Amino acid sequence: MSRALLPLVAFIILVIFLGIGLTKDPRKLPSPFIGKAAPAFTLPLLHQADKTFSPNMMLGKVWVLNVWASWCVSCRAEHPVLNELIKSFKVNLIGLNYKDEVADAKRWLSRYGDPYQASVSDIEGLVGIDWGVYGVPETFIIDKKGIVRLKHTGPVNNKDVREEIIPLLKKLENES
Amino acid sequence: MKTIMIILGLFITTTLLQAGVEIKTFDSQEQELRYKKVIGELRCLVCQNQNLSGSDADLAKDLRKQVYKMIRNGQSNKDITEYMVARYGDFVLYRPQFKATTFLLWIGPFIILAIGLFVLIRFIRLRKKNITTALTDSDKEKLKQLLDDNKVQSK
Repeated sequence: MSRALLPLVAFIILVIFLGIGLTKDPRKLPSPFIGKAAPAFTLPLLHQADKTFSPNMMLGKVWVLNVWASWCVSCRAEHPVLNELIKSFKVNLIGLNYKDEVADAKRWLSRYGDPYQASVSDIEGLVGIDWGVYGVPETFIIDKKGIVRLKHTGPVNNKDVREEIIPLLKKLENES
Repeated sequence: MKTIMIILGLFITTTLLQAGVEIKTFDSQEQELRYKKVIGELRCLVCQNQNLSGSDADLAKDLRKQVYKMIRNGQSNKDITEYMVARYGDFVLYRPQFKATTFLLWIGPFIILAIGLFVLIRFIRLRKKNITTALTDSDKEKLKQLLDDNKVQSK
């Protein structure tokens, strides 16, 4: 190989690396929770404030925690997808209503539909911090042992449901 | 004139809205300095190229509150960074820790520097060698001839 080609080769390698960099979404961060126990909390239910929910009530079940808020615009885009999901697949979907007003949240659900088995109110956003929430909506899948297996940041679309969420839920259902 | 007044009015209201200053009181100056240092070294995850101290995002405010609470509770800087890393991953640190997954990030530039130096030194040596061995016997003869010609001419 001629020495003159060396800079060109170096340049092409650089372009390939930069090109790979462009295809990556900097907002998608690896979650430190994958493979770890779901952070514990006890929060009041949105619709029955005298009752509480905590993740250990779901032990033995595969469940999905979806972080949403009435002020969050992309949650509105995601919402029809969740409404479809519960129709097509039997899933334990819990909503974490993050930094919201109870009245606003209730109005939002009655307007756009309520796919959640239950929603819990995290008005202060402290549980959100414990779960490492930084971009609502976020979706977590937790297995029967209470281990977080997937975190999806940003709105879930139909493709994510088809290719990522339902296959994982099926797989986890079959785990003991 | 009316529109100008409206625009001016808007400016005034927006600057008033921005003027919210967070008042935080500390037990000692050491705590305050620590607070400032920690929020300067933690990344705001919503606006990724800002640190917590420089960000006006809601999450940044909450995390500042959390850092403040932990400092008031007497927790060390290490406790606080561990707390943040456990929740948001290494990305939250502006100065990543040195470990197996990040060593390339830390020493990568030095490796590249070493490769560069190596190539440079080799290049210089090679060139020197080329210069010293550049004259073949016929070259030397030619050179001698040229010099001799020169002598004859200058006489």
